[in-house]
Amino acid sequence: MALLEVDRLRVEFPTRNGTLTAVDDVSFTVEEGEVLGLVGESGAGKSMTGAAIIGLIEPPGHIAGGEIRLDGGRIDALRGEALRKVRGKQIGAIFQDPLTSLNPLFTVGDQLVETIRTHLPLSVAEARRRAVDWLAEVGIPAPDKRIDQYPHQFSGGMRQRVVIALALCAEPRLIIADEPTTALDVSVQAQIIALLKKLCRERNAAVILVTHDMGVIAETADRVAVMYAGRLAEIGPVKQVLEKPNHPYTAGLMGSIPRIGPRPERLIQIAGSMPRLSDIPAGCAFNPRCTRVFADCHVHRPRLAASGDGAVACLHYEGARP
Amino acid sequence: MTRTMSLAARRPAGTAPLLEVSDLRKHFALPRPFLNRVLQAEQHQLVRAVDGIDFTIERGKTLSLVGESGCGKSTVAKLVMGLIGTTSGRIVFDGVDLSHAPAGAPAKLRRRMQMIFQDPYASLNPRWRVRDIIAEPLQTYRLCASRAEETREVDRLLEFVGLNAKDGDKFPHEFSGGQRQRISIARAISTKPDFLVCDEPTSALDVSVQAQILNLMREMQRELGLTYLFISHDLAVVNFMADWIGVMYLGRLVELAPAETVFASPQHPYTRLLLDTIPDLTMARRGREPVAGEVPNPIDPPPGCHFHPRCPFAESRCRSEPPQLRETVLGASTACHAVEEGRLPPAVASGFAGGAIPTDGAHLLGKIAPPDQQLVG
Ligand SMILES: Nc1ncnc2c1ncn2[C@@H]1O[C@H](COP(=O)(O)OP(=O)(O)OP(=O)(O)O)[C@@H](O)[C@H]1O
Ligand SMILES: Nc1ncnc2c1ncn2[C@@H]1O[C@H](COP(=O)(O)OP(=O)(O)OP(=O)(O)O)[C@@H](O)[C@H]1O
Ligand code: SF4
Ligand SMILES: [Mg+2]
Ligand SMILES: [Mg+2]
Repeated sequence: MALLEVDRLRVEFPTRNGTLTAVDDVSFTVEEGEVLGLVGESGAGKSMTGAAIIGLIEPPGHIAGGEIRLDGGRIDALRGEALRKVRGKQIGAIFQDPLTSLNPLFTVGDQLVETIRTHLPLSVAEARRRAVDWLAEVGIPAPDKRIDQYPHQFSGGMRQRVVIALALCAEPRLIIADEPTTALDVSVQAQIIALLKKLCRERNAAVILVTHDMGVIAETADRVAVMYAGRLAEIGPVKQVLEKPNHPYTAGLMGSIPRIGPRPERLIQIAGSMPRLSDIPAGCAFNPRCTRVFADCHVHRPRLAASGDGAVACLHYEGARP
Repeated sequence: MTRTMSLAARRPAGTAPLLEVSDLRKHFALPRPFLNRVLQAEQHQLVRAVDGIDFTIERGKTLSLVGESGCGKSTVAKLVMGLIGTTSGRIVFDGVDLSHAPAGAPAKLRRRMQMIFQDPYASLNPRWRVRDIIAEPLQTYRLCASRAEETREVDRLLEFVGLNAKDGDKFPHEFSGGQRQRISIARAISTKPDFLVCDEPTSALDVSVQAQILNLMREMQRELGLTYLFISHDLAVVNFMADWIGVMYLGRLVELAPAETVFASPQHPYTRLLLDTIPDLTMARRGREPVAGEVPNPIDPPPGCHFHPRCPFAESRCRSEPPQLRETVLGASTACHAVEEGRLPPAVASGFAGGAIPTDGAHLLGKIAPPDQQLVG
């Protein structure tokens, strides 16, 4: 059984002009110790999918359908204490801005000690020792001194290291990292990604890495799920998705990324932009921009169909027709 | 009168660089907290945002400034556009010194220089119709003889940037990010400028939309003969856009070279570091060791070479004496003592030779720097 199963997940937002579906019938699994990249353009529903898994969707948004299972047990309908036990203990979170995860009024040590003691049966002294170890582990120099400093006394990259320590110190099985390096300098991004990957590998924790940066995915993920307009367009092993993408959207996306190397005259471009949630076309959501569109695409909404070692939601593939 | 002027004057008209910047500086004063001021009898701290840089841009070419957050790229853009005044140094546009001209003047030259900003949301007035946004510069510089001519011109501009003439009657919020950036571009080229300053014009856009905008900008350059100062922190974007690249680090240029040279044989250790940190789409570098250290604070930059605390090749001279930009290979200039002294292992080309990115970026840097501890915090 997979560690995490997301099954036909649907997240909705009621608005004055009707209901918006931010995550629409999304299914995937994450195996123990695996890094799953979740990619797609702004508004595709990546963060919403991550938030649904940790139970952090802000009302009026809500899970309107489907199930999320961790180790086979449902976690999508948990409330209160039960939710808190899963969030933090079983599933850790790392967000784009380290300051949202750190309390400016408490020292880094206080925050680590509190998190450790919430989830593990340790005394204050033991938890503090463990906190120092964690700071050392994430590469903070002189951890026994820095433990008593406040978040503002750390640089951006160092803060994100602290957040990684906070997310991992309760020994969770799954980490949801939502654009963990987007706010950082490019030369620091690589350090943080490498650190996250190493620590999770060592502890056999799985990671859902949400990002719009295909380069980060290429260097980190085992498998990739590509989202478009709230739906899953394609999922598969990283090599397959990046080098032999099946879905026309993934193919266009990969072609439109500038690369280092001989300078082309033009970049491949996908016409138009992703539709707003309020006007997603009938049939395949990608049909207005697709180079391989045919009559059926305006009528049938493709399902995920197995292809190679992955799956693709495009009517050109057998099994995609509903 | 001045060296730059006489240099420009010696060349046949039209072949001198369109823009020449020399020893440009911008220092911002930061007020100190009150207590410090009283105790230390000191008024201000200086941010040396731009600390003495020189470059030229040839007509019809693109110079890209790259570097990490806070290194001074946007400040250079604003100085060149005259949006902020210089602390010292010279900006010569088409042979005319702009450095001490009041903002907006001389109007004839300013019309020829326009700017595209990073945030297409903030740079368009939300209460104006797109038509009026694009027509504003036309009116400022009285470029259309009649209302009818202005309408025709706005329609033409909208279509040129890939929008529809009907879109002119809508408001900015009715457009996507990429479409808004097209509107900014239409506005910027409405005065028929020959020079565009583009400050991270696609950083706020998704990659599929970025490709559309970058393609449009290259087409405009071909068709209209535009000259670009193109700012980005994304080296792959820069590779697509630039003829020349200037790599900035804490207010200074550390390398200025033709684009191919920067990618094929990067000289400065910081340039090598930057190239080494680009996430690689070919997956060849999975598992590489990332380079340590962080960009230090520009309020109190390290003495000597600003990069020395992170540099694996730093020696005592690097800690005291700031290196000057000196010609190295193929018309490239580098500010590095180690390069000048020939102490640096040659960097191996990335990308160009075989079309493939090398399997392990570490060779670019020679040896990996130890984690830099003094930069923390
Ligand atoms: N409170 C809300 N009310 C209505 N719609 C919302 C609300 N919050 C988010 N959405 C919509 O849900 C969709 C999915 O958003 P989500 O944040 O998951 O996107 P994302 O893929 O993470 O994008 P980004 O790369 O920009 O972070 C978006 O179209 C967004 O506009
Ligand atoms: N008006 C100002 N007053 C004080 N400091 C300033 C001002 N404008 C910029 N700075 C400082 O000058 C330095 C250079 O800033 P600048 O915006 O030019 O950097 P940048 O290279 O464009 O960075 P980014 O990639 O983040 O846009 C920064 O340290 C910044 O904080
Ligand atoms: S289903 Fe049709 S429109 Fe959608 S991606 Fe496939 S070919 Fe294109
Ligand atoms: Mg998001
Ligand atoms: Mg800037």
